[in-house]
Amino acid sequence: MSDPIKVYPSKPQKVYYFGTCLVDMFYPDAGIAGVELLEREGIEVIFPQGQTCCGQPAYTSGYHDEARSVARAQLDLFPEDWPIVVPSGSCGGMMRKHYPSLFKDTPEATQAAEIAGRVWELTDFLLNVCHIKLEDLGEPVTVAMHTSCSARREMGVAEVGPALLGQLKNVNLVEQVRPEECCGFGGTFAVRHPEISGAMVEEKVGTLVDTGAREFVTTDCGCLMNIAGYAEKNGKPIQGQHILSFLWERTRGNTGGQS
Amino acid sequence: MSDITAQSHHHIDVREFHPRAHAAIHNPKIRQNFRKAMDGLMAKRKAAFEGWDLETLRDLGANIRLKALSNLPDLLEQLEQKLTENGIKVHWAVDGDEACRIVRDICMARDAKTVIKGKSMVSEEMELNHYLQDQGIEALESDLGEYIVQLADETPSHIIMPAIHKNTGEISELMHEKTGTDLSNDVEYLTASARQQLREKFMNADVGVSGVNFAVAETGTLCLVENEGNGRMTTTVPPCHIAVTGIEKVVPSLEDVSALLALLTRSATGQHITTYFNMISSPRKGEELDGPEEVHVVLVDNGRSSIYQDDELLDTLRCIRCGACMNHCPVYTRVGGHTYGTTYPGPIGKILMPHLIGLDEGRHLPTASSLCGACGEVCPVKIPIPDLLVRLRQESVDGDRLHPAKVRGHGAKRSTGEALIWKGWAWMHASPGIYRLGTGVAAKFRALQPSKAGAWTDYRTAPKLAAKTLHQRMKERGQ
Repeated sequence: MSDPIKVYPSKPQKVYYFGTCLVDMFYPDAGIAGVELLEREGIEVIFPQGQTCCGQPAYTSGYHDEARSVARAQLDLFPEDWPIVVPSGSCGGMMRKHYPSLFKDTPEATQAAEIAGRVWELTDFLLNVCHIKLEDLGEPVTVAMHTSCSARREMGVAEVGPALLGQLKNVNLVEQVRPEECCGFGGTFAVRHPEISGAMVEEKVGTLVDTGAREFVTTDCGCLMNIAGYAEKNGKPIQGQHILSFLWERTRGNTGGQS
Repeated sequence: MSDITAQSHHHIDVREFHPRAHAAIHNPKIRQNFRKAMDGLMAKRKAAFEGWDLETLRDLGANIRLKALSNLPDLLEQLEQKLTENGIKVHWAVDGDEACRIVRDICMARDAKTVIKGKSMVSEEMELNHYLQDQGIEALESDLGEYIVQLADETPSHIIMPAIHKNTGEISELMHEKTGTDLSNDVEYLTASARQQLREKFMNADVGVSGVNFAVAETGTLCLVENEGNGRMTTTVPPCHIAVTGIEKVVPSLEDVSALLALLTRSATGQHITTYFNMISSPRKGEELDGPEEVHVVLVDNGRSSIYQDDELLDTLRCIRCGACMNHCPVYTRVGGHTYGTTYPGPIGKILMPHLIGLDEGRHLPTASSLCGACGEVCPVKIPIPDLLVRLRQESVDGDRLHPAKVRGHGAKRSTGEALIWKGWAWMHASPGIYRLGTGVAAKFRALQPSKAGAWTDYRTAPKLAAKTLHQRMKERGQ
């Protein structure tokens, strides 16, 4: 009944990297930052060029036949036993939590369940599998953080981001009011119910700005384009970045820190 | 108050969700009342569970409900037998209309003209008050929130706090207009005024109607949770008490009640226990001085047994009606309870109402969620609400050939255009070569990217395509 306890693997030689479609098209810098961080930890990164999307947009829209056909195209990309790391709690949650039910009663059921068990959200993997030690080379800065709902609730990594930022000595992490409340993205929800989504992101940006921070980081590109896009359109004084980009930029050039 | 958000339930079309959401979002009073109330309720719940092993308790609650549901037909038979042995008359109603007729028949047999009511969401499902009124029987709500909602000719906007959409000033004006009380922001004065009016009604009522929180099969006991004493008055002062309840409220034994009660009151209002906890096990016995001479239970199905047929949807019936899912829902907090246009609003409403009214009428309900999961996280009996929302989305577009939809009205939201878009999307994303070609071309010609992207850019700038995709950059790195 309780969510299964996460059993972290020991640090592997290699990982598969599932970049996600949003990172692919809109935020490849965040994807590369994730790769750099892994490589600095001495891990070889395998990026299957055949990857596209986890299938989540169709899945949450109820089009499960279409979601299954897209997800099925990803299943053969990870033939060896290496962990699959994902720079997103949302796509990670889709693969880890929903692939088993999506492929129930299909010939791929066993394969999908096996793959699901190897999926890790990337910051969680860096902290709890690589035991990464970050050395901050950046100027003092105040940042806020928004952990995506799927990173928080499906992948259970709410403490990971703050723990990683906490390793950076010049970073002052401030917490907004109601940090656990959704930013209003929700995939197709944002266009099916634009006014409700708009009201949610308006309040989220308000609470982030109220912290005094002028930068925020987040685990997911969906939240990033929602929150940062609202702030930009409405002239709110805060900018966003994927947490992986932030971590990499502040520690790059640093060859130490390997565990 | 806007006309759209406050209209009486006779005219509500559930499908008109968007206009009501629009009105609520642009109504600062509604926004403020809900935000303030929900913030308070969330804080109270959190404080109430402090020091508890909440996960273990939620597991226990979920297990008790699952066990009860897995054994539901037998438990209901046992309940009927025990209640009957205790002198309580048991009635079965297949839907709200039949339940209303049963209540009417009991009233008529007693020549009853006035009914006093304790809080009952099942009676809201039945639309009992209006039915009785049409039959010439006066039905008065005695729960303070329900009383206010009834004065305003509205429906409850929350299952635990029916008048949560109103602030004190609005309540004062309403009571002044309808009952002649002085205009005052003194909550004690307003409460005392309502209490005085209700007290007379209690004394004169012919029948009391209440809900049920837990029906205990082993002992034939009806448990009722409340804070105002109106539940005890309703069930003891009038000579006849009629309890109405959904068939899913049955639990095996009194032992099961303690865990569920601990979860219910803390999850709902952050109370360790409510002011009153009533356990009703029979009509007045010969030597007793008070209590009703007749007690009836109406066990209402109203769509529940069809939910029960499906192993996944069955989880909907675990609900113990605490309201924590709506208290923590960012959508409910923005649009308020009336926007849903349904008896049960918020997350539980979105997964329950489609079964009661059909997915054709309730087609917007499952989509009105960002699937943030806050509801599932706080549910005291661990109903996987987000998963059930996704299931109902699938049902509403007939989206899974492997698992054909079965909820009444399924497929109502499927449109040829949208289905075609998803087909095209799936074709592209299931063909890695086409995908890389398409995203590569998009990156190359990103200068041509439109700055408007439908409803998205009404509130935000469009995300900007990168000069090179991650696929391309990884390839350049030799990966």
